[in-house]
Amino acid sequence: MNIKLIKYGVMEFAELIKTPRVDGVVLHRPFLPTVEGTLCLTGHHLILSSRQDNTEELWLLHSNIDSIEKRFVGSLGSIIVKCKDLRVIQLDIPGMEECLNISSSVEALSTLDSVSLMYPFFYRPMFEVIEDGWNSFLPEEVFKDLESMTDEWRLSEVNKDFSVCPSYPPLVAVPKDVDDDTLRKVASFRHSGRFPVLSYYHKKNGMVMMRAGQPLTGTNGRRCKEDEKLINATLRPGKRGYIIDTRTINVAQQAKARGGGFESEANYPQWRRIHKTIERANVLQEGLIKLVEACNDQSHSMDRWLSKLEASNWQTHVKEILTTACLAAQCIDREGASVLVHGTEGTDSTLQVTSLAQIILDPACRTIRGFQGLVEREWLQAGHPFQQRCAQSAFSNNKSRQEAPVFLLFLDCVWQILRQFPCSFEFSESFLVLLFEHAYASQFGTFLGNGAAGRAKLSLPEKTVSLWSWVNRPQELERLTNPLYEANSLVIWPSVAPQSLLLWEGVFLRWNRSSKCLDEAYEEMVHIIEYNKELQNKVNSLRRQLAQLETEDPLLQTP
Amino acid sequence: MEHIRLPKVENVKLVDRVSPRRSRVGTLYLTATHSIFVESEAGVRNETWVLHSLVCSVEKQAAAASGCSLLIHCKNFQVLHFVIPRERECHDVHLSLQRLSQPESYVELYCFSYKPNVGEVERRQEWDLLDLKADYSRMGVPNSLWKLSPINRHYKVSDTYPADLFVPESAAPPVIVGSSKFRSRGRFPTLSYYSKDNHAAICRSSQPLSGFSARCLEDEQMLEAILRSNPRSDFMYVVDTRPKLNAIANRAAGKGYENEDNYSNIKFQFIGIENIHVMRNSQQKMLEVCELRSPSMSDFLEGLESSGWLKHIKAVLDAGIFIAKAVAEEAVSVLVHCSDGWDRTAQVCSVACVLLDPYYRTLRGLMVLIERDWVSFGHKFSHRCNHLVGDPPKEVSPIIDQFLECVWQLMEQFPCAFEFNERFLIAIHGHIYSCLYGNFIGNNQRERIELGVRERTHSLWSYLWMNRADFINPLYRPDHSQTQGLLRPSTAPYCFKFWRGLYNHFDRGMHPRQSVEDYLQAIQEETQQLHDQLASHKQVGAALSLLTASHFSPCQPKAPESTNLSNGSDQESGIADLSCRSPLSEDSTRDPDSDEAAYSAA
Repeated sequence: MNIKLIKYGVMEFAELIKTPRVDGVVLHRPFLPTVEGTLCLTGHHLILSSRQDNTEELWLLHSNIDSIEKRFVGSLGSIIVKCKDLRVIQLDIPGMEECLNISSSVEALSTLDSVSLMYPFFYRPMFEVIEDGWNSFLPEEVFKDLESMTDEWRLSEVNKDFSVCPSYPPLVAVPKDVDDDTLRKVASFRHSGRFPVLSYYHKKNGMVMMRAGQPLTGTNGRRCKEDEKLINATLRPGKRGYIIDTRTINVAQQAKARGGGFESEANYPQWRRIHKTIERANVLQEGLIKLVEACNDQSHSMDRWLSKLEASNWQTHVKEILTTACLAAQCIDREGASVLVHGTEGTDSTLQVTSLAQIILDPACRTIRGFQGLVEREWLQAGHPFQQRCAQSAFSNNKSRQEAPVFLLFLDCVWQILRQFPCSFEFSESFLVLLFEHAYASQFGTFLGNGAAGRAKLSLPEKTVSLWSWVNRPQELERLTNPLYEANSLVIWPSVAPQSLLLWEGVFLRWNRSSKCLDEAYEEMVHIIEYNKELQNKVNSLRRQLAQLETEDPLLQTP
Repeated sequence: MEHIRLPKVENVKLVDRVSPRRSRVGTLYLTATHSIFVESEAGVRNETWVLHSLVCSVEKQAAAASGCSLLIHCKNFQVLHFVIPRERECHDVHLSLQRLSQPESYVELYCFSYKPNVGEVERRQEWDLLDLKADYSRMGVPNSLWKLSPINRHYKVSDTYPADLFVPESAAPPVIVGSSKFRSRGRFPTLSYYSKDNHAAICRSSQPLSGFSARCLEDEQMLEAILRSNPRSDFMYVVDTRPKLNAIANRAAGKGYENEDNYSNIKFQFIGIENIHVMRNSQQKMLEVCELRSPSMSDFLEGLESSGWLKHIKAVLDAGIFIAKAVAEEAVSVLVHCSDGWDRTAQVCSVACVLLDPYYRTLRGLMVLIERDWVSFGHKFSHRCNHLVGDPPKEVSPIIDQFLECVWQLMEQFPCAFEFNERFLIAIHGHIYSCLYGNFIGNNQRERIELGVRERTHSLWSYLWMNRADFINPLYRPDHSQTQGLLRPSTAPYCFKFWRGLYNHFDRGMHPRQSVEDYLQAIQEETQQLHDQLASHKQVGAALSLLTASHFSPCQPKAPESTNLSNGSDQESGIADLSCRSPLSEDSTRDPDSDEAAYSAA
């Protein structure tokens, strides 16, 4: 990041920045000494640097700011900045006017409406891009893998101009025998045009998982022969499949009044429908707000903590989502049945279930690259509206009702499985934390926009850098690698008992308690493993030397 | 043997509590010491052994079509649910087990008949493994400030105290005796821990018999003497670990707490740890939550909250921190008491020691600490753990469990600071209740001497020490900064976790399927092997290069080198096999608990 860039930002957002620079500002952060220095506002950053040396103490993206509060004691003002990554910092600013100016500028800059003003469109990488992440996980490449396993599927271009389903990518995998006309008809029968598409192919037994939006049966039980034909095409002769509806039967019933609904037994006799109870977006958001409030409660009362933790229902959501994912995985792996997953829109709880089921079933998804591919396929290309969902986090008072920690809950569930199978993942917890941070605020374009059509309009590959370009470099990969990893080709079944599910401290208590001792333990673990490798190398090289000595010396050749 | 009405029942079902579909059928045998369930499926040799002395309750449920249910709760939190085909058989097993699991006298306890393959000389040596006097001299006593007092040699002053006690140098026998008469059960103030670095001490006693106004000059002198034994300090803390209300209530019974006006230079402090009855009920409630069949998250969290268990654990740890800080940071001595000074006092003193002194965070150190603050100072193990049927049920309380849990909570916060692992704590816990070893039999030292525990039983400490390889924390390093000095844990509520490893120990499906600790342990073993190989290779290498240099005679024996080399590669193939060190057997593909959760909902 250079000075030129900062100036560029300043010019672009000059009107919004009432005071670009204040001296004598004191920064308070969790676990770090306070710093006095100069506060600078640029178009995208809030920067504080002490004048003693040139290292910056704070470099905060405006888009990371979730809420901002002002406090005054005499002429000394303070602003409390609450970030989307759940960090809370305080800046003491001398001068009431300066404080007010900074506060209102930051407020304006952190709530910009236009996506194209976001930082990723201004950011130029200062690192060497080894592999352009925008080309790393193209659907046609992924499909090649599928083709090597089965010829029952084809890649359809029916959505190439996003006219059939704006949230789907231009290329989707569908049963080979179903033509594009049929797909168009099915799309008109599914929420937001989200007709059933392939999500996962289980190599072991050829079973598949599909996902879709809810069927638009309405109150009078509308039916769509093409829809039935499409999903039946995925069944083996004489076999039944499972439809996993992530909503309770009541919620699904109520959806009929708004034109939605579910697959009736009469029209889908070859399918068994199971209803689960994953909550809707706004309930999840409420849970996040309550959980973070509980974590920041200063009362030191055990009863209060446990009751607030319980009331947040966060752990309940984790358990429900994992349970549903386990169910989907069981249907596929144990029952040898194909599965269709949907909720209402098919862009939230559906994706939680299909992506977690793949973590359970498919060892490839537990590698660093495989996990990136999973996030690409099942979240970004599958049309999860990141922009809406991650516009605000736990501190927002905004009632727009679009925000929801759907992706964060997915990451939490992955963390739970990682805790239960600490040697089966190539990546460590820090990768999950990194994805959480970047989903909410980032210099990279990866999580911008809502759905495939919206993202395409933003020309992200041309105008922004992909997070994967940053991640897939040796030094970054090394940082994210789990030292305990040993490839495990088995299906991994997590326990969903309440005793087995923990609070994700690495995210929710990250700024509340020092992690020094835990970090030291991690380093110690890495040290033990590295020392072992080092010795192994030494032994091997000595052994080679000995062998060489033996062959070199003819006298030792004959006994 | 006369208590066994039915030695063998066939076609018994052992119900898996978490997922009933995984239940097993087999034969149940009753022996003099164990119930043994042997699975009868062909090709499987799966046995479940349960020690009678670990059985806490046996409950026979109403007969149903499938048979008659027998529910066995154990003191190590194992729960077994048998279904026995015929009611008559179930009745007999029930009666037998009830009698077998409730020994009426000490001699019936398993430790007096337990005969592992150990010679008498070795058996006697087992009891010499730990030496409390050596621990006191490690602390630096006796010295010019503290002396060993022979006053309780014959348990005349306090029959629940140990024979060897350290008191201030200036405390004359009449002062000690006088003070003891003013304290419940004669448990006068005496040394528990002494800090060599700054002379601050942790002393312990029972409550004073102060009632509403009584005084005792000798007791006041005793505290004065303790204060003077810390020359650089001008006051001391007196910590009453009870809630204030409880202490006040005791005054009506002629007991109570120290009046600051009567004792010079004391700072008096209440720390509200609840009594044994509250703790017993709390654990009972928590265990009910642990036993719920597929509970929801809310069931679990609400139950955990309403049990109050973690609140009590926090109270004990908070008290320990208060004392540890007084000693380490203020260099002030502390006198700790509760009512009798053998429950809360033991908890708080020993937690403070773990925080203060890295020695007590080693394997041997923790054993010494339990031996001193719990065993020797008369924590009433037999009563609290209900070793005998005649013991009053109201005396039972999980006080030692709470201490072990405090240590576990600290291990979670300081993963590199403890030499031992969780398994060590669980092993100690199990054997406190199992009665397999003599260490925890009886309620105090005097009773154990009368029972001839040292002469007739084996010592747990020796067993643990022999098997210490299983109990080592791979992350521990004596020179690690985390290992040094005072531990400063956070006691924010969210730092306390539910101890699944103990309370749901036997629900295997709930635990992580891969253990980082086991993995690291295997790596360390391998590293050790590599060290040996490296050394031997270097030797061979040196020999070889000597040979090449001097061109020795061709009949140079080559055999040793080649053995060395092949030996090396043998070991390497062994290392390759270590890939099984991630305990990932077929087992991890077996049913998760989610099976049930998922399917019952389906």
